[in-house]
Amino acid sequence: MNEGMSLIVRTIARWVVGFIFLYGIYTLVYGHLSPGGGFAGGVILACAYILILIAYGRRFAFKNLDWRIARSLDSIGGLLFLVLAFLGLLFLTNGGAYFFANFIQKLHPGKPFHLFNAGIIPLGNLAIGIKVLASIFVAVALLSALRLFDERGERSFESMEEEK
Amino acid sequence: MFELLVLILVFMILAGVLAIEADDLVSAVVSMGAVGFGLSACFLLLRAPDVALVQIVVEVVILILLLRGTIGMGIETVKGHRDRAGMAGGVILVVLFLALALYVAVELPKLGEPGFVRFLDSPSWTYLKESLSLTGATNAVNAVLLDFRGYDTLGEVIVLFTAVLGSIALLRRKHRQEKKDE
Repeated sequence: MNEGMSLIVRTIARWVVGFIFLYGIYTLVYGHLSPGGGFAGGVILACAYILILIAYGRRFAFKNLDWRIARSLDSIGGLLFLVLAFLGLLFLTNGGAYFFANFIQKLHPGKPFHLFNAGIIPLGNLAIGIKVLASIFVAVALLSALRLFDERGERSFESMEEEK
Repeated sequence: MFELLVLILVFMILAGVLAIEADDLVSAVVSMGAVGFGLSACFLLLRAPDVALVQIVVEVVILILLLRGTIGMGIETVKGHRDRAGMAGGVILVVLFLALALYVAVELPKLGEPGFVRFLDSPSWTYLKESLSLTGATNAVNAVLLDFRGYDTLGEVIVLFTAVLGSIALLRRKHRQEKKDE
């Protein structure tokens, strides 16, 4: 996976990757209205990046999304979800405050079947999507750099550089 | 619909047996992928599109990882003898489990019939009835995941975070080089 694959694979990947990304964003954003949600959307977005990683090689993929940035995104997504849970404790002061309270829906109820609706659920979907995208991309990128055998078939260990 | 489900289940069992029996690692991985895609089709037939979507997407990623793990690593065939005693024990356990499952299956509600309707104040029934009015989300599955059962999702997030943390700690080069210098 270091230098990518043939011209045919690259061309098809270039055509398809945008649609995969669009579908991932749709599943992520419309998770509270139609089947899908944070986890599925995040994995589909990660699939788009994995396709780039396989077709074009590691160097090109890290120009799109550096694995160190993805590592930070991983933490940011998880923290966003935690902060969202704590905000329920903060905003609903009169009685109904609890961890993971849907404070937006309780203060400003939206219309059913509309995109801006359901309070913290779309925001939570977004946070989980970012987190899952980053974690799966980091895991695949790390494993793609891993080599246990060198060219002569002898045991060796080769993996991602920590500092470039 | 039921006949199609049985057909897919038989196909999954055959693919699972092939995945165990194949000597070639690549064909074992591919038959494992067939099991996963069959499972996704089953979920779709049982009207669980959310689970089917997650299953198919995760299956694709795992298939890519496993293929990368088998083709790139220089390990392509499996050698060695089968453990006869272990296999006999496994078969006995499976038969025992099937007998117990058949014993219980008489009591279960029919396929496609929700069991929780019998208990009117059960949590699952309440979630289905109240999800739109309480959370505003049309997708009841998402309402359960992120509102009623937010704790579980938080735990899932922590599990993923820990997994990535572990893989970064294990797979980076710096750690290995320092160990080699000692």
